[in-house]
Amino acid sequence: MDAILNYLNMDGYAAWVWPAYGLATVALVGILVQTRRTLKTREREFETLKSSRRGGQA
Amino acid sequence: MHRFANPTQFMRIANAIYPWVAGLAVILFVVGLPIALVTSPPDYQQGQTVRIMYIHVSSAWLMMMIYGIVAGGSAAFLIWRHPMANLVAKASAPMGAIFTGLALITGMLWGQPMWGTFWVWDARLTSTLILFFLYLGYIALNDAFEDSERGDRAAAILALVGSVNLPIIHFSVEWWNTLHQPSIMKLSGDGVKSSVDGAILLPLFLMMGAFTMYYLAVLVLRLRSELLAAKIRNARMSQVAVDAAVGQPAE
Repeated sequence: MDAILNYLNMDGYAAWVWPAYGLATVALVGILVQTRRTLKTREREFETLKSSRRGGQA
Repeated sequence: MHRFANPTQFMRIANAIYPWVAGLAVILFVVGLPIALVTSPPDYQQGQTVRIMYIHVSSAWLMMMIYGIVAGGSAAFLIWRHPMANLVAKASAPMGAIFTGLALITGMLWGQPMWGTFWVWDARLTSTLILFFLYLGYIALNDAFEDSERGDRAAAILALVGSVNLPIIHFSVEWWNTLHQPSIMKLSGDGVKSSVDGAILLPLFLMMGAFTMYYLAVLVLRLRSELLAAKIRNARMSQVAVDAAVGQPAE
């Protein structure tokens, strides 16, 4: 347990190291999630447009 | 190069490399993160704060590389009206801005315990902040005009003018007396030399590789998304034209 706490403490630099990694994680995951969400929304929108045009032509 | 102006051909290649770069990003993060965070030794001067370097340098590397891609894509768009080059630039710029912000903030988180201050107006930090504003300006100009072509051209010109900042950022630590330390890699006639120990270089390179592969993988997704947006716009416009021709109001 002490070893884990010592590690997390980062020799007293925990307040600088962990926020840096936390922020990087938020940025990387955030970009990926936002990109995938926009892509999925546009895929659905395009499919709806295509099917409505097919319906209009029929 | 002009054959890549065709979106179908361009995306065929982009989609083919996607699983490789996405897979490599996952592998490099899975291997690199435990080394960066756990097994690599603390630096003899910086102590455990050296671990911040692994994401700070990786973000700074990407902010420079992405701006180079934005400027190169903008040049190809302005000179040859290369639509895919412009799309690559537009899809990359928001990521470039985020990585510049990440480089600035992680640098501040390292600077406070090591320099005793979050920020100094030295040449490296100031030119990096200017790069951040250049990215924001590029993104804002892209959407600033009703005519998207005009917006794209204005943004591309800004990107090209702003590219003068890249060598300033790179050489700022040599040209001026800065608080920011000089580059850890030196290119000479004997090849690339570094004064940094291999135990620290290994996680650094792994994380730089992971960040680069991550950028390429997300870029492919963003390009698919941008192309779909263009298709949706075209489909809506043609629907409006058809409705107008048959005398029906557009939905």
